[in-house]
Amino acid sequence: MAVSLDLLMNAVISGLLLGGFYAAVSVGVAISFGMLDVVNIAHPAFILLGSYVAFIGNTVFGIDPILASTILLPAFYLLGMALYQVYYVAFERRDDQSLRGLSFFFGVLFITEVTLVLIFGVDYRTVQAPYIGPSLNLGLFDLPLRLLVPFLVSMVMVVGLQIFLSRTFVGRAVQAVAQDQQALRLMAANPTKIKRIAFGLSIATASLAGACLIIIQPVEPSIGREYIGRIFAICVLGGLGSFPGMVIAAMTLGIAESLTATFFGPSWAPAVSFGILLVTLAVRPSGILGR
Amino acid sequence: MTALLEVAGLGKRFGGFVALESIDLEVQQGERLGLIGPNGSGKSTLVNCICGTLRNESGSVRFAEEALDGLSAHERTRRGLARSFQLPRPFASLSLAENIRIPILYTVNARATGHLSRAAIDARCLELLGQVGLAAKAERRPRDLTQIEMRKLELARAMAAEPKLLIADEAMAGLSHAEVDEIIALLIRLNAEGVTVIMIEHIMRAVMEFSQRLAVLVAGRKIADGPPQDVVRDPEVVRAYLGE
Amino acid sequence: MASLVVSGAAPGLRGVPFTLALIVVAVAIFAFGRWLDSSYAFFIGYVVVQYIVLGTAWNILGGYTGYVNFGITAFFAIGAYSTVALHKLVPTLPLPAMIVVSGVLAGLVGLGTGYLTLRLRGVFFSIATLALAVVVQTLITNWDFVGGARGAYVLRPKVAPLIGGEYVQYLFLLMLGMCVIVLATARGIERSALGYGFAAIRDDEGAAEASGVPTLKLKLIATTLSGGFMGMAGAPLPFYVTYLDPASGFSLNYAVNAIAMPLIGGTGSWLGPVVGAVLVGGLQEYLRVTISSAVNVLVAGVLMVAFVIAAPQGIVGLFQRKR
Repeated sequence: MAVSLDLLMNAVISGLLLGGFYAAVSVGVAISFGMLDVVNIAHPAFILLGSYVAFIGNTVFGIDPILASTILLPAFYLLGMALYQVYYVAFERRDDQSLRGLSFFFGVLFITEVTLVLIFGVDYRTVQAPYIGPSLNLGLFDLPLRLLVPFLVSMVMVVGLQIFLSRTFVGRAVQAVAQDQQALRLMAANPTKIKRIAFGLSIATASLAGACLIIIQPVEPSIGREYIGRIFAICVLGGLGSFPGMVIAAMTLGIAESLTATFFGPSWAPAVSFGILLVTLAVRPSGILGR
Repeated sequence: MTALLEVAGLGKRFGGFVALESIDLEVQQGERLGLIGPNGSGKSTLVNCICGTLRNESGSVRFAEEALDGLSAHERTRRGLARSFQLPRPFASLSLAENIRIPILYTVNARATGHLSRAAIDARCLELLGQVGLAAKAERRPRDLTQIEMRKLELARAMAAEPKLLIADEAMAGLSHAEVDEIIALLIRLNAEGVTVIMIEHIMRAVMEFSQRLAVLVAGRKIADGPPQDVVRDPEVVRAYLGE
Repeated sequence: MASLVVSGAAPGLRGVPFTLALIVVAVAIFAFGRWLDSSYAFFIGYVVVQYIVLGTAWNILGGYTGYVNFGITAFFAIGAYSTVALHKLVPTLPLPAMIVVSGVLAGLVGLGTGYLTLRLRGVFFSIATLALAVVVQTLITNWDFVGGARGAYVLRPKVAPLIGGEYVQYLFLLMLGMCVIVLATARGIERSALGYGFAAIRDDEGAAEASGVPTLKLKLIATTLSGGFMGMAGAPLPFYVTYLDPASGFSLNYAVNAIAMPLIGGTGSWLGPVVGAVLVGGLQEYLRVTISSAVNVLVAGVLMVAFVIAAPQGIVGLFQRKR
């Protein structure tokens, strides 16, 4: 098979940009699963919710999709806090088997998906924005703006979160609650409240990630399920609890998928994440940079 | 005569933390060994490594002249190595009798030396529960038990595996004077029947009464190993553990 | 979770007598259906019994052993698409044979997935099953021999073999047969050494290992049985729907129902998935007919979340507590 350098380079560049977006998609789970040990498999459903919010903002109100999602960040944050409260009261406090917690989130995933279908139908939806379409031509390769803009937004979000987690009191409390709840209590911070804030943040990221998603590709309710494999593959490969590891893993997956799509066809892309997940679990379950 | 249990150079780390450093320990067939040391010294970690719940990075464990390295926990239990957990881990959805049934089904019945019928297993469950004073609660669930009764269940469950070597990990914590005597008598009776016993305890009275030999673990290292009377007078032991 | 000690109705019947009782009930149901002579009844009956099989299969790994399998659609679709492929290759192959092949194939996939992921925390197994569903769907969508994304048509014979009458009656009969097998297996597991081993794994896997339970081996058995039965349940589907495409074959509804029904009915015994399938399936049909076919789909999900939060022991568990 003749491999043109051009094609290869573009595939890798696209993969990197896509990977940045995947980092935004996964950072929420890096918080909820990596730090709080809550297996929120419904996260992709909230990302889709974010996509449809951006869609409405764009088609009904004519706002830029990213702006629309940013405006609604507080709503997603509150939704996340409410969801965690339900989870905490129903499962964590009772110290129950994870079977029911998992089923709970699976139910939430399903209900959200079906509700979106009921409201929006199964047709693909897209948004309009000045950066969807044109590309930056930089000599050897092209940078499609529809990939570049979400990449930049995603990086800002991930870096912003990292700064929040390491520089602010609440952020450090979140890191602490993952490691030692007792010590946190002694420091007069309520672990449950901290976890609630963290989970709220986790869902808030879904809002922006959703906007990025609908910029990159058309969406319909069931594509959320493809992302479950991707998200957990990234979190496991990157090592639970490590943001830098997660970003590297996201880039790796993005490039792997992009190369697969270019040389084998786009319909094989969802299988790549599963393959990576299985290999990682079998060979090095703690991930690249995990503890 | 080779020892029943031979631990040689066993080491275990958790990330950067060295939990156990080059532990050598021999236990003879039929012996009563006491293992003491401050909290966090690695006693439970040692038990976990011997029994296969954790994998040691260095050193080896031999039991009945067989190397145990690489064997899973259930394979070691089937070969006659049983332990009770320091924090009781009962099967919460099953009755007490059924809790005892599990080890019988999967160790005694799994061995070549004979398969118990359903009725025989039922009888054996009640018998074992009786030995720890829980026969009356055979059909109840673990959540109906007091902490102390749960410890007794832990012990009964380990005994149910008909082990050659039983490791009792702080089985007497929180028991009354009379209950401690009960458990000591139970373990001595077991020992008389041929079971080798390692007792891990903080209750010095029980340890002195029970042990033929005493080993002391401090900060992941074994600092003493010998007759109980000598060990408790060892200045290093006094300084590190027995104290003022 | 209801324990294995108390288990629903017919506490005394086990083994052969239980299986015979099941067969008697199944024959009675079928005879009743023939007497009713309503196509609709058979179509609905098929769906409900299919969910009893799916729910029981899921429960062997989920309720009994404590490992949640979200990839039901993968195993179910493997069964359905095996039939499509076999039907094209060997058109004269009788359906019962295809059911067996489906079961074996799905069982092998279960074994493989389990082997790769069951050494780790249960959570990773569950996530892997979710990803598995997407991968199997991707593979089949790309496989033109079984129709790919366009779907496949399967001609439903006019007359049922052996028993005569409409073909759907034959499908219902086969599904009843599978139901008897699966329920007898579940009941048989319950009080056996295997069942106790499963319960120990569910309650505390570490303590189970220390008690001599070969946890990995038992988990693999559960995964293989569970996956195999799910594949069997999917095998007659192409003849039931006559047109099968990935969107409907891999519909999330199957997954949610297969989990919701045992959770609602009660995961502790063989009876729970039966109660769940009958009640929820019946409710769904009622809603589909009275309100809309879109709303009925939501019901299972909402009820599942409600029960998981408020009544974790399920309906059967609620009744047991009152005794």
